[in-house]
Order: sequence, then structure tokens, then C-alpha cells
Amino acid sequence: MVSGLTLKEAARKPDGIAPGHRLCAGCDETVIARMILKATRGPTIATSATGCLEVATSIFPYTAWNLPWIHSAFENAAATASGIEAAWQAMRKKGKGPLAEYETVDIIAFAGDGGTYDIGLQALSGALERGHDFTYVLLDNEAYMNTGIQRSGGTPFAASTTTSPAGKVIPGKREWKKPIDEIVIAHGIPYVATLSAAWPLDVIRKARKAFEVEGPAFLHAIVPCTRGWRYPQEKTIEISRLAVQTCFFPLYECRFEEGRPVYKLSGPSAAIARRPESKKPVLEYLEMQGRFRHLFRPERRDDLIDSIQAWVDQNWQILLEKVG
Amino acid sequence: MSERFPGWRELPKGAVSPKSSIEYKTGDWGVEKPGIDLGRCTQCTLCHFFCPEGAITISEDGHPEVGMDYCKGCGVCAEECPVKCIEMVRKR
Ligand SMILES: Cc1ncc(C[n+]2csc(CCOP(=O)(O)OP(=O)(O)O)c2C)c(N)n1
Ligand code: SF4
Ligand code: SF4
Repeated sequence: MVSGLTLKEAARKPDGIAPGHRLCAGCDETVIARMILKATRGPTIATSATGCLEVATSIFPYTAWNLPWIHSAFENAAATASGIEAAWQAMRKKGKGPLAEYETVDIIAFAGDGGTYDIGLQALSGALERGHDFTYVLLDNEAYMNTGIQRSGGTPFAASTTTSPAGKVIPGKREWKKPIDEIVIAHGIPYVATLSAAWPLDVIRKARKAFEVEGPAFLHAIVPCTRGWRYPQEKTIEISRLAVQTCFFPLYECRFEEGRPVYKLSGPSAAIARRPESKKPVLEYLEMQGRFRHLFRPERRDDLIDSIQAWVDQNWQILLEKVG
Repeated sequence: MSERFPGWRELPKGAVSPKSSIEYKTGDWGVEKPGIDLGRCTQCTLCHFFCPEGAITISEDGHPEVGMDYCKGCGVCAEECPVKCIEMVRKR
């Protein structure tokens, strides 16, 4: 059961992803993915959309996956997961085939923000609508990192990327981050949760809940990228933490009960709701990252910093109202 | 690379990668490595979870062990250790 999961127990469980992969030093993608795989109940099949996690764990002739794993193209991780689930169900019904004997199979699709907010959105929406029993993990490093930091629908306002460079006239990306969680929640799926690697037990427990619910579950992780966000590699977890402490990326769960979404704040965000004065200014999060350097140098752009703070405050307020 | 790998015709159905990445050592990527003062370690296991490589394993008796064959020297473990008992030191 969920409540029985502890860090000590999880630490002893062998990793689903082996070392020797080629993600950058300090990359958060495997930190989150390893935690999620610690929560599996038994037979597990994973698939990854093309992106850093997929490429760096499967460079021929090596694989870092200690479990059955299928490569997906960039746009169809959710469709691959749908097919895995349909095959498992069919084998169970017929009572034959390699998956027929399993009462549960934890089916996981991993995809980046490019593979989710943008090119993979259609496959994701279809899989959610059809109601496949799988868990979709969005590894949100807020740009197309594997091909060299291009902006995506998940890139935040004002971030400098190679396709939204900060220049004299245009200060980075001009659009705001797409509200992907709301888009997913609107599908009425049983479980949606946000994750930050800075709270491992929260990640593991939410992943277990995602596996346990019947039907689609969506886990949205904030995944700092040392290359794309431009910060020293040892700061990965600290930035994951600040994203939550500033309410830039609040931690919550949303279940669909009796025809409506029911939101619940998780530990660190619930603590901020109780003591609003503990909410840190978003400035602390922005100034650690080179992709926002132009907000501070050569001139300080208080106008932009204030508008980002206003965006954070408004979204946090809307979330508090939903939590009730 | 003088070793010959199987071509696509010879691979099993589904093009399963024939080797585990544990055969690919990344321990020479970094310039620093962590030194853990086990006397002060509280066995919280956080470094095991935070290491992007999964290079830190927890032994039977609960203490962390760093697999130097894979550590990329990122410094995350030292930065995050709650009792600061991990120090990054230069590799020789
Ligand atoms: C249809 C298609 N277009 C483009 C590519 C090239 N491509 C490979 S990975 C990638 C970016 C992946 O970005 P994201 O999904 O954000 O994942 P990340 O690498 O940041 O984890 C792109 C554009 C591709 N593989 N397939
Ligand atoms: S580019 Fe970013 S996301 Fe990709 S491996 Fe490097 S740190 Fe990880
Ligand atoms: S320095 Fe980085 S790669 Fe090495 S053990 Fe620590 S967290 Fe892992």
C-alpha cells in the first residue's frame, strides 16, 4: 500500500535505470525517472519519446533499462503505451501470450516537454480519452534540450533559448507557459500530480498512486537542465526545490471524483498555503539561472520580473481557490 | 572500437540492445569525486536518490557507497547531504 512506502525500503530496491547512461552530469531526468521506477508494483513496461532520456539511455549497443523498454518516435509515446496496454488486456482475455499471467502491469510513458506540450499532445489526448490504464510522465525541462535548447509550449515567459534568444529588443520567450495540467485534467482522468525531485518520498508515493488507479494517470515533473537553464550542475535539486518554494511550480494532486476534479496540495505547497509569508519571491528562482540573466544584466528589468511574479501569484491564487 | 557489434540482420526481433550500459564506464567524466565521512553520515539515503547516475548504492548495513566507475563528479550529493558529510575532492 501507498502509506507503507518508505525511503529506506525504496533505497534497497534495485534501480530501473542502470548507470553508464550518457545524460549530462547533474541532469535531473534520471533522478526523477529512477524515483518513479522505485514505486513500481511488479511487472513493468516503459516507453520513451525521443528526447534526452531516450537517447542517452539507449546508445547502441548499450541500454540502461533494467526492464522491458520500447523506443517511441518523438510524437507517439502515449500511443505506444496505449498499444502495450491493449496488447496486455487482449492477452489476459484470451488467456495466452507472454503477458496473460499478469494481474497488473505498470505501463509508463516518459516524454519531454517538446514531446508532450507540442508534438505529442494529440497522441496524449487520444490515449487519455480512450482511457488506457497507463502512467504518462512529463519530464518538463522547459525546452527541446536534446536538439540544443529550442523553445517549447512549456518554456516559461522570458526564458532565453536558441529559438527565443534574449536580444536588445526581445527579452526571451514572449509567450507564457502552456497550462498543460489543466488541459490534461479537462480530460477527466483519475489521477494527475506534479513532482519535484527535491521531495523524493512525495515523488515515489505519487508514482505508486498513479500506477494503482485504473485508467490514465499523468505525472508532471519539473526537471531542471544544467545545459539549458545555465546553472552549475550541483544545483539541480536546489533549483527543483526553489521552483516549489516560490510557487512557480506548486506540488499538488488532482483526482476525478463524482464527475469533478478534486485538488489537494502536497506537503511543501500545503505548508505555504498555511503560512503565506513563507512563499519565496520568484526572483530567487530566476537569478540562479543563466537563461534569465538578461533580466538582471546589463540592466535590471524589474518590469519583466514583476510580471513573472504577478503570473506566479495569479496562478497560485487560482490553485488555492480550486483546492478550496 | 575494434570490437564488432552485430548488424541489424543478426539482432533479435525488436532490435534489443545487446549490452547493458553498466559496461560503459562514465567515471572519467568529472574532475572531482565525492568523499563521504561515514562517521557523520546519518544513513538518510538521500544521496542515493539524488545522484543522477544511480552511482550511490546503499549497503546492507545502510551506509552509502559511491561507484567510482560511474560517478560523473556533478557534486549534487555533496550539495544536498543534509549533514554536509560529503566533500568533493579532486580526482588524482
Ligand atoms: C518528428 C521528429 N522531429 C524532430 C526530431 C528531433 N528531435 C529529437 S529529440 C528532440 C527534442 C526533444 O525535446 P523534449 O521533448 O523537450 O525532450 P528533452 O530532450 O528536452 O528531454 C527533437 C526535436 C525527431 N526525433 N522527430
Ligand atoms: S541537455 Fe539537459 S536534459 Fe538533456 S541530458 Fe543534459 S542536463 Fe539532461
Ligand atoms: S558527484 Fe554526482 S555522480 Fe558522483 S556520486 Fe555524487 S551525485 Fe552521483
